[in-house]
Amino acid sequence: MMDAAIAMSSTRVARAWLMEAKYEFLRLLRTPSFALPTILFPSLFFLLFAVLFNAGAGSAEAAARMLAGYSVFGVMAPGLFGFGVIVALEREHGLLTLKRALPMPPGAYLFAKMLMAMLFAAIAVLLLMLLAATLAHVRMPLTDWSALLAADVLGVLPFCALGLLVGTLVGGQGAPAVVNLIYLPMSFLSGLWLPLKLLPRFLQELAPAWPATHLGQIALSVSGQGGDHRVAMHALALAGFTVAFFAIAQRRLRKKG
Amino acid sequence: MSTPIAQLQHAVKRYGQVTALDGVDLQLHSGELLALLGPNGAGKSTAVSLLLGLQRADGGCATLFGLDPQWLEARRRIGVMLQEAALQQSLRVEELIRLTMSYYPRPRAFGEVALLAGIEELLPRRYGKLSGGQKRRVQFALAICGDPEILFLDEPTVGLDIGARTAMWKTLRTLVADGCAIVLTTHYLEEAEALADRVAVLARGKIIAEGSVDAIRAHVAQRRIRCISAVPAETPRGWPEVSHVEREGEHLRIVAKDAEAVLRRLLAADPELRDLEVRRAGLAEAFVEITNPSGAAQKEAA
Repeated sequence: MMDAAIAMSSTRVARAWLMEAKYEFLRLLRTPSFALPTILFPSLFFLLFAVLFNAGAGSAEAAARMLAGYSVFGVMAPGLFGFGVIVALEREHGLLTLKRALPMPPGAYLFAKMLMAMLFAAIAVLLLMLLAATLAHVRMPLTDWSALLAADVLGVLPFCALGLLVGTLVGGQGAPAVVNLIYLPMSFLSGLWLPLKLLPRFLQELAPAWPATHLGQIALSVSGQGGDHRVAMHALALAGFTVAFFAIAQRRLRKKG
Repeated sequence: MSTPIAQLQHAVKRYGQVTALDGVDLQLHSGELLALLGPNGAGKSTAVSLLLGLQRADGGCATLFGLDPQWLEARRRIGVMLQEAALQQSLRVEELIRLTMSYYPRPRAFGEVALLAGIEELLPRRYGKLSGGQKRRVQFALAICGDPEILFLDEPTVGLDIGARTAMWKTLRTLVADGCAIVLTTHYLEEAEALADRVAVLARGKIIAEGSVDAIRAHVAQRRIRCISAVPAETPRGWPEVSHVEREGEHLRIVAKDAEAVLRRLLAADPELRDLEVRRAGLAEAFVEITNPSGAAQKEAA
């Protein structure tokens, strides 16, 4: 029963993906309550701890280490909140159901959200870097700056997948609380605020269980601020987390909608 | 008859202990408007959601254009307006329409969509700032923007004022005249009466009546008789024309097909009879009768 009328050119499909991303962007831009905290929070923390409370000798080196940690802290938010809270709300309010009934190309919905998470992560990190380079006098080779930015932007993906999982499990009311319950403790337990070696021993041993630990180590390593320099291993771990979270979330979405 | 473009074949859907659809057969042919009627919880929305591929049938099957409804090729030929859909509040109406148009291979022209849905003056406004009725009109625009062959409308005119409702009816007639098939669920019997080629009445997960509007109406051509009379309820209960009798204090209430015959007997049985009232059961009341025969007389449709 197929005929020419229903064939859709690949350019039209690509256009649908881009439209989805464009309007997702406009939507977030027009929702300052999401956009502003996501972009500004990491920078505010950085200003407080790396600039105001961190004066004196060796402060620039300490600030550079903090930059790596806070940048990871910064990229977790768009992934976790953008997916966790927004997907939960859209599921609850029936938008997701409508999109499933409409012929939206499969994947366009998640693609748009993923792209936005990466974009917001990039903005948050760039702002953080600007503060680091000016107020905190952090000096690094350009390659390190760009490697850190690239690691952070790609590092959004496991948090998107984790957020998606939360969004499929929790309702819109509960999602912000659950996301915060993951976001803040994980940041601490992964050594983003305090170096891992200052944490109690059992917490150090538990650290590899948190995705943020791996991204934190990559961020430190690529920006030349220490870290364990096992970038490939950490990247592999992150990829594993991403695939696992995503697969569980997809299964639930397909079942429950 | 032509092959149906959408159908449910002995579809069963359960939610835990509750059987929402209990072996429903339903066919939609191209270019017809089928109205699904039924009280809340009768299974109308479940039937629609199986046809849309939003849910899987536990038994039987649903097809769209002979395909699994979850296939994109099938869904590219339909338009949808669901009962509850919170669209993106911060997007403008024009943006929502353009986004939805992008999903379809050959969407309608933008201007035509706005005109048909009567939302030209809403285009620059944010969706979140619209009134309930305006939102419904925008959702309707999204449903028709892909120039679909089948339009699924779940309670489309709820929340619309009379002017907007009439305008939507007019558009639906135009669409059907152009060959679009429509599945419409509604509470408003006058809506089904005004628009539908065929009506299917669902109750407790089953189709209990199906046919043209006239056939359904004939089905329920009951009259209500009310009077003050000393005749015991058992007496008219034995008469063949009478389907229901009830006593309420000194009042006697009778539901019957052939009111004239019943009245003759009643007046003969009780010369003292007074305060006589005979009413044709409104469509709404008649509808209650087919969907709930046992409790019909108690339910005065407001």
